Amino acid sequence: MRYLPLSPAERAEMLGVIGAASVDDLFVDVPEAARLNGPIADLPMHASEMAVERHMTRLAAKNLSAGSAPFFLGAGAYRHHVPASVDHLIQRGEFLTAYTPYQPEIAQGTLQVLFEFQTQVARLFGTDIANASMYDGSTACWEAILMAARVTRKGKAVLSGGLHPHYGEVVRTMARFTGDEIVSLDTDLTAEPDDAAVIGAIDDKTSCVVVQYPDVLGRIPDLAAIAEAAHATGALLVAVVTEPVALGLIEAPGALGADIVVGEGQSLGVGLQFGGPYLGLFGCREKFVRQMPGRLCGQTVDAEGKRGFVLTLSTREQHIRREKATSNICTNSGLCALAFSIHLTLLGGKGLAQLAAVNHAKAQALVERLTRIPGVELLNQVYFNEVTLVLSRDAREVVRELADRGVLGGVSLGRLFPVADGLHKGLLVAATETTTSEDIETFATELEALLVGVPA
Amino acid sequence: MSAVNAAGWKPTMGETGEGGPAMQTASGDYGLMLEEALIFELGSADKSGVDIDAPERAPAAGLAKFLRKGAPALPGLTEPEAVRHYTRLSRQNYAIDLGPFPLGSCTMKHNPRLNEKMARLPGFADVHPMQPQSTVEGALEVIEQLADWLITLTGMASVAMSPKAGAHGELCGLLCIRAALDARGEQRDVVLVPESAHGTNPATAAFAGFKVESIPATPDGRVDVEALKAKLGPNVAGVMITNPNTCGLFEPEMKAIGDAVHAAGGYVYCDGANFNAIVGKVRPGDLGVDAMHINLHKTFSTPHGGGGPGAGPVVLSEALAPFAPLPFVTRGADGSIHLVEEENRGEGHAQAFGRMVAFHGQMGMFTRALTYILSHGADGLRQVAEDAVLNANYVLRSCEDVLPAPFAKSGPCMHEALFSDAGLAEGFSTLDIAKGLIDEGFHPMTVYFPLVVKGAMLVEPTETESKAGLDRFIASLRSLAERAKAGDQSLHSAPHFAPRRRLDETQAARKPVLVWQD
Amino acid sequence: MTRYFTEDHEWIDVEGDLGTVGITDYAQGQLGDITFVDLPATGATVSKGDSVSVVDSVKAASDIYTPASGTITEVNEGLADEPELVNTDAEVGGWLFRITLSDASELGSLMDEAAYKTYVESL
Repeated sequence: MRYLPLSPAERAEMLGVIGAASVDDLFVDVPEAARLNGPIADLPMHASEMAVERHMTRLAAKNLSAGSAPFFLGAGAYRHHVPASVDHLIQRGEFLTAYTPYQPEIAQGTLQVLFEFQTQVARLFGTDIANASMYDGSTACWEAILMAARVTRKGKAVLSGGLHPHYGEVVRTMARFTGDEIVSLDTDLTAEPDDAAVIGAIDDKTSCVVVQYPDVLGRIPDLAAIAEAAHATGALLVAVVTEPVALGLIEAPGALGADIVVGEGQSLGVGLQFGGPYLGLFGCREKFVRQMPGRLCGQTVDAEGKRGFVLTLSTREQHIRREKATSNICTNSGLCALAFSIHLTLLGGKGLAQLAAVNHAKAQALVERLTRIPGVELLNQVYFNEVTLVLSRDAREVVRELADRGVLGGVSLGRLFPVADGLHKGLLVAATETTTSEDIETFATELEALLVGVPA
Repeated sequence: MSAVNAAGWKPTMGETGEGGPAMQTASGDYGLMLEEALIFELGSADKSGVDIDAPERAPAAGLAKFLRKGAPALPGLTEPEAVRHYTRLSRQNYAIDLGPFPLGSCTMKHNPRLNEKMARLPGFADVHPMQPQSTVEGALEVIEQLADWLITLTGMASVAMSPKAGAHGELCGLLCIRAALDARGEQRDVVLVPESAHGTNPATAAFAGFKVESIPATPDGRVDVEALKAKLGPNVAGVMITNPNTCGLFEPEMKAIGDAVHAAGGYVYCDGANFNAIVGKVRPGDLGVDAMHINLHKTFSTPHGGGGPGAGPVVLSEALAPFAPLPFVTRGADGSIHLVEEENRGEGHAQAFGRMVAFHGQMGMFTRALTYILSHGADGLRQVAEDAVLNANYVLRSCEDVLPAPFAKSGPCMHEALFSDAGLAEGFSTLDIAKGLIDEGFHPMTVYFPLVVKGAMLVEPTETESKAGLDRFIASLRSLAERAKAGDQSLHSAPHFAPRRRLDETQAARKPVLVWQD
Repeated sequence: MTRYFTEDHEWIDVEGDLGTVGITDYAQGQLGDITFVDLPATGATVSKGDSVSVVDSVKAASDIYTPASGTITEVNEGLADEPELVNTDAEVGGWLFRITLSDASELGSLMDEAAYKTYVESL
């Protein structure tokens, strides 16, 4: 077995040192009845690298990868070009095979990266501080709601109808068990986001309002107005960013008054990966620091006065606070945070702005072409790189039929919002810098073929 | 007292006050010991390592009022500068690839590179989580095949694949228990947790809305079964047991505990952090477990990545299986694979307690774990457990004469050896041994955990250490124990040869500096 | 003014119906470098034994239980910038909060200085 260094002779020698007759003597504490006497039946035995590679490659080949088809999906996961050096660097063994930096003297590489990452996230979000990342955007969103409850000592969160429905599901699932009150506003096919409904739902018991920016339909809410209304009653504004590239073009939520900004960092450096691992981003005002969830890296000095970094404020965390911790989270998403940070360093502020501008321009080109098709209407005039189209037929079927024609043509609102009536003709399409004019033309041709001649 | 360095070479660079003034270089670097500035000191916002074409059109008029005022203040670097920055930083990290990483409870084993290669196949890495099912059959099959292995290896009925890490898996298991109790119409609000448990257990129970009651340990490092039984009653939702436990011992009464808990109407959650010790040797399902998370980043070798991402699928008993969260992958009688989401939950998964993540969980970890499992097979996995336990017992018996091993008399350990700092010279403790190990070129073991042993040192070598590697580690650990017994003051200031000396954690916590200020 | 002690190592100075609460020098020594003190909200009504405050050191967070019931009237704002006062001056300048006592009879169950000294020596 290529991964197991001990030879039979060494095993025998070691058993001699231990004073055991056989390795089974080391399992004496396992009740005899529960011990398996050989490899579990009906399972395959070990396999060569070549054989495993063949098996996995065959499975991979059953999938239509985004890069091999015209591709227009978004809805919380975006396909961006990741520079080759990102993946090369994160595969350095010193990053890949290190543990959580609990021994800071020999983990300064990881720790300095986390400090740089925290600063990058804070600057991107326009918040004072940020943590060292969380599982993903949806879990970060729930953690933000919990934190808002701790800060305001109130227990009612209002979710905008523009929040990604899976994020809403995660929040409602968790709140059912913790007893937090969640008010979920409806999602409607309107050109404007539901700012007025959000503001109308705020009352004295509201701990926070949760608003996605841009929202799940691609609309852009007026965060400043919502922040003002929330603050008037002592509630916090939690802004949710599922496409961080947007912040190269539109104003940072923190600059518009958001108190906590969370998001999904997958867009930068991480790739699609069928949904994970991704990384949750979490920034907030400095005065809330002791209420923050997740790991934090802080600057300090060593015994010789040299600058160094450590994990800090760990008394908030589970391994010390146990049942009183701010969160039960034990890991961050370290390697994804590294990839995010490297990608952002390669871009730089101006590069990010340029990338965002290209994304928006591609989306404009996509919208322009698709809306020329009879049976396609644009829902929102204001968007970043993703918009909602209203088709003349059920978009779910259209998406499936497009896939049969080799086009990955967006996400249907019918799949995202299975219980909401009236959304089933909605189709969410996204464009990024990876989108080509040929892709757009193929998409338009196939979509037209599916829509034209089919009665509304 | 043995020599600091058996090879006879003792670097003195950077040591002030011990052997005269330190030699200074103009650069601040010393040969291959390289310092590295922050990107905020190196880069600028108008520098970039990515060439991006100019946008073909200006922003739409409607966007005008939302536009950002100026580019974000994010420093950029060109590719050569960026590659150098991160490569230099990487060299300040210890890693499995450099040597043994014997962190107890963490299972820092070798990460096979085939796993990395397979996870990067475009068919896995470049697939969107919401593509139509007809275009992701292979991805769903990976989830289903891995699920099938986990079910078989644990002897359980089902598995929830979406939890993102061990603690998230714990939460998933406890929420399944809550949902099952709700379905029974029962209000049980207490979860019993042994005092030796990892801090995540009580944190998770509290997060899931339960009250936590602690169960003491026996003098031989096991759960006090009688104390546990005495606490059972109509308000107890379940217990959380770690097996093998955090002292590195198997809980021989696991089945009896499970029977008693079930008889009292509760459920058994098993923390599967230490599954590496028993994979292929024992099935938790045969011991009465109702739910157990499996850290794919421990037992199944997905990389720790400097603190994540992990993955924490949860295997479930018949009683809890119906409540597993969405999305959920099933295989039909005809062999076809189905993805159950909110819209089709009625198809056999109507009791799902909800959703824990935006998409399908840690797909990138599933491909790695499945690759690892297929490489090892049923025979190799069994050998993994045997070698992991053998290596730990070898360390235990090779060091117990110089470091007290509080539970060694009661028999062999499982995959980790537990020592204490009793008997060191006055003023010397576990921390000195740990920091001394850094100077010896090793990563320290887990220290001060479990809490039930004062000055605990928990050594988990894993099966991927060679005997020669273990012998070197043992020699270093023995040397350090002897130096600490002899009162070698230089240990107090260790490490001397790491990129940094001991860091001031008090200053970091009193006046937190969490972001760079220009 | 009379000083009383608890088994959890809080002290309370009582003058009339006003109490001042802190942790003992022994307790700060056990905790090590204090990094942060989470103080109660003024105006809060608390019952004897409630966890009202948390004292953090680098590796530990310790709950502080009020030795008596009443209403919190004042907290030691200086600890926000100088939590180390609890280390350097635990029993005077490092006080945590002041409380208006609602039931002076509760003090009867607390230790006096001599009893506390004996108690600490027994630990």
